[in-house]
Amino acid sequence: MFLIRCPWCGERDVSDFSYGGEAHIARPADSDAMSDSAWADYVFLRTNPKGVHAERWNHQAGCRRWFNMLRNTATDDILAVYKMGETPPQVSANLPATPSGEAAIGSGNDAAKVMTTEEGRGEGGGK
Amino acid sequence: MQRYGILSLIREGLRGHTGWEPAWRFPEPKPRYDAVIIGGGGHGLATAYYLAKEHGLTDIAVIEKGWIGGGNAGRNTTIIRSNYLYDESAAIYDHALQLWKTLGRELDFNIMMSHRGVLNLAHDEGELRQLKRRVEANRLNGVDAEWLEPEDVKAFCPPISISPTLRYPVLGATLQRSGGTNRHDAVVWGYARAADALGVDIIQQCEVTNILSEGGAVTGIETTKGTIATPKVASVTAGHTSVIAAMLGLKLPIESHPLQAMVSEPIKPVMPCVVMSSAVHVYVSQSDKGELVIGAGIDPHLSYTQRGSFDIVEHQMAAMVELLPFTSRLRFMRQWGGIVDVCPDASPVISKTRIKGFYVNGGWGTGGWKATPGSGHVFADLIANDEPNAIAAPFALERFVSGALVAEHGAAAVAH
Repeated sequence: MFLIRCPWCGERDVSDFSYGGEAHIARPADSDAMSDSAWADYVFLRTNPKGVHAERWNHQAGCRRWFNMLRNTATDDILAVYKMGETPPQVSANLPATPSGEAAIGSGNDAAKVMTTEEGRGEGGGK
Repeated sequence: MQRYGILSLIREGLRGHTGWEPAWRFPEPKPRYDAVIIGGGGHGLATAYYLAKEHGLTDIAVIEKGWIGGGNAGRNTTIIRSNYLYDESAAIYDHALQLWKTLGRELDFNIMMSHRGVLNLAHDEGELRQLKRRVEANRLNGVDAEWLEPEDVKAFCPPISISPTLRYPVLGATLQRSGGTNRHDAVVWGYARAADALGVDIIQQCEVTNILSEGGAVTGIETTKGTIATPKVASVTAGHTSVIAAMLGLKLPIESHPLQAMVSEPIKPVMPCVVMSSAVHVYVSQSDKGELVIGAGIDPHLSYTQRGSFDIVEHQMAAMVELLPFTSRLRFMRQWGGIVDVCPDASPVISKTRIKGFYVNGGWGTGGWKATPGSGHVFADLIANDEPNAIAAPFALERFVSGALVAEHGAAAVAH
């Protein structure tokens, strides 16, 4: 439920784009010598963070070019869009106060919203 | 535990409903438990119930950050079936289906289990062949399944159009008569009440903020209500499995996606069964209140927001109107999203980990509800014995190293 600013075409609806998964996972150079568990790590394991996530997108219904994006998966805030091959820029994000807490804005979960208090610690409180 | 039934209802009716006891306690966490289950949804509470009932482990707690059943247990479309292609999947989902059949009686709680039948429609030749193959595979595994020709589909579910001129004509369907729907809250409450009666502490509004370990073994958890010592921690947190595992530095083959569902305004009974279609990608059933309950596919991107995208809703509605044209004039009451943890092979993880005493049950993707009792049953076995039983073993994390995946996604063409 968001708009994405394609670095070439500008802002379009998310339905224009296809998602390409976690970014910056380099294909191993020495694949012949790799163990099965190293392969499993490369092929299957993902960070899947609740917070800032570097991911690849393709503007499929537009220029059909790939780019990278930093998005806060706890709120769907888009924090940065940058080109393939570039290193992710430094960003600040509105993160949940506890690891699996909910942000005050941007979460559809009213059962477990954790509001940030002055100390920055989470305080449980359902509505 | 106070028994529910016609006699207690009459008795309480006559004395102004003053004698009903709370269905479960609201205890404060104790400083130590034999095992802690993170997540008070259907799977977590079922795990606690079977741990207490079948393994005698009663000094345990279920920790829930919101209220029980407020996560994916309260957000799914409650479709029950077990017609999966592979032996491993058929074993666990049919184990669950057999438990569903008597669960209401066992828990002394009306879970409104309705074995109304589940249709999976075929709209093209390829799908038709694949679904027929699935019927045969199901029968070999003792799972009830039959093939319906279009006229039989029409007879079983009259609102479906079988006109050959449709854009997606119905060429036939699989039918699992023992499939159906039930009531999600009742299942959660039934398990909670039964587990509580066996001594399980259900601690709500308490979030796990860290898992403590020492020398590669779990020693306890930190929560928003203090530290709890325990040698066994079991994560049953649909939608947050990776977040919980990351507390121990574990990386999982799981990605979390929004999955949306919605209900229409209540109408008279029109849908006698559950209808699923992979080609147009929608699944529909009618609740006892009369609402059409509609689900579809996941949002492709990773997110924890429990909200989904509008374009997915649009696809979902287009698919439903294509399948059931009369629904085009229905109004919709509610739409919501839940977060589903998806594994690359669309099968769950029920596993030990390299941290001793840390167990994971998650990655159920879009189809976890139907497995609730089976999942809790085999997971309790794993936690109690520290070894998976025959049903749980194929779903260990090692399969991503060995390559022995249970690849239900591609092979079965199953909408969940």
